[in-house]
Amino acid sequence: MSTKNLEEKQYLLRFRCDTKSHLTVLDHDVCMTQCPDKLCTVFCPAEVYKWEGKRMQVGYEGCHECGSCRIGCPYENIKWEYPKGGHGIVFRMA
Amino acid sequence: MPEKFDVIVVGAGPAGSACALVTAKAGLKVLLVERGEYPGSKNVMGGVLYRKQLEELIPEFWKEAPLERPVIEQRFWMMDKESVVSFGYKGLEWGIEPYNNFTVLRAQFDQWFAQKAVEAGALLINETVVTECIVENGKVIGIRTDRPDGEIFADVVVLADGVNSLLSKQLGFHKEFRPDEVALTVMEVINMPKEKINDRFNLEDNQGCTIEIFGDSTKGNLGTAFLYTNKDSLNIGVGTTLSSMIKAKLKPYDLLDYLKTHPMVKQILQGGESAEYLAHLIPEGGFRSVPKVSGNGVLVIGDAAQLVNAIHREGSNMAMNSGKMAAEAIIKAKERNDFSESGLSSYREALYNSFIMKDLEKYKDAAHTFEKYPQYFKEYVPMMNKAMSKFFTVDGTPKREKQKQIMKSITAERGTIRVIQDMYRAWKAVK
Repeated sequence: MSTKNLEEKQYLLRFRCDTKSHLTVLDHDVCMTQCPDKLCTVFCPAEVYKWEGKRMQVGYEGCHECGSCRIGCPYENIKWEYPKGGHGIVFRMA
Repeated sequence: MPEKFDVIVVGAGPAGSACALVTAKAGLKVLLVERGEYPGSKNVMGGVLYRKQLEELIPEFWKEAPLERPVIEQRFWMMDKESVVSFGYKGLEWGIEPYNNFTVLRAQFDQWFAQKAVEAGALLINETVVTECIVENGKVIGIRTDRPDGEIFADVVVLADGVNSLLSKQLGFHKEFRPDEVALTVMEVINMPKEKINDRFNLEDNQGCTIEIFGDSTKGNLGTAFLYTNKDSLNIGVGTTLSSMIKAKLKPYDLLDYLKTHPMVKQILQGGESAEYLAHLIPEGGFRSVPKVSGNGVLVIGDAAQLVNAIHREGSNMAMNSGKMAAEAIIKAKERNDFSESGLSSYREALYNSFIMKDLEKYKDAAHTFEKYPQYFKEYVPMMNKAMSKFFTVDGTPKREKQKQIMKSITAERGTIRVIQDMYRAWKAVK
């Protein structure tokens, strides 16, 4: 079957999750008060960011490590590091 | 005393492995550091690798490298909602030695290529993140890693750490990239029996086809989609500049699903089985976004140096070539034992005199032009489709009259002067 939504796509992937997030929202108030569009929740290709009314939930476990959130956050409010060596996404094909 | 190398290369992608291969071959003591479980496990590309630059490193590599198909046909689609204007080139000369380009799957290819560097004498360590360069008296003298006792020293550190080159940013070689300097691209690998691929693309077993798709594939936003044939899978992907994605509030995976179910595409994918979904940034800022590429004891190559020609989908070949040029500069510097910025300057000179920077210079205004004037993707692609439909529909209207009507409808939509301006601007951006 060809995938029809993100959930099915993410299910195809292999992750070696670290116990610690490599992504940190620096100030959740900035998301709440200054960022009505919550752009990271839109363009993140793995829907890592979910707004929960008061704070940004960061599902780093499904991150592709593309870097879009670091560059695309209009408030430079995301601290972006690489996951620990050997951890994170493991592409097996392309 | 911790171990010291001649060269430490950060990142075992095409750029890093090329640099490690050439320096190791010259007898230098080389360490190649990769953060993934294996080389390629973090790397993504649409899939086209050009032959020439790799052949310079490994003659007749196609006899042993894990390649998918040599590309013998390149198609270009200007796609509207229910139609497409297509053109392309198919030539059997691309299907025989020495070939022009190949489709590849990076997780396999990168492992093979890094292994070639290892065979030449480089030491590869995986699962290691380089957290920073060690700088002393203004000179890079080594790296700090996330391993315990993770300091390693070298005469030269080569940054091949990809589009998210945190290391060259730390050194102040460039500021954070803007959203219009990177393209966010997502793709899927879709498994399909070889016979089906051959039938659907009119190919034989060892022949490949690539399709670049403009227009409705990105809903008119600045970007492209692609559909490439592997041996028994297809790569289908779509990307736009991150700034376009933000402006249009697009979700990249929705755009990919829109493409996969587009009436011009879906039959080709029918019955295929999704195998992997991948997202990555492509550095598409071009000439003006290329950072400082050399410093005291340090060089920057590949995506980390923004060496991508988005118009011609060239990147991995430029990465390899920049890796080779960096290696040659290091070998020269070693002879004089001078690893200062001026001692390594032959890399920058070679890079700026090569086809890489010449091509990037040629297209230096292209991305900016097409970003600033969205009409090329948004308006002209549908116009072309309408024009072709009108011209080829036989309805009793004389052809000369039809031509007049088509011209009229185009100038009516955009205005004659604006059409001329648009054409001139586009020509200027790519001339």
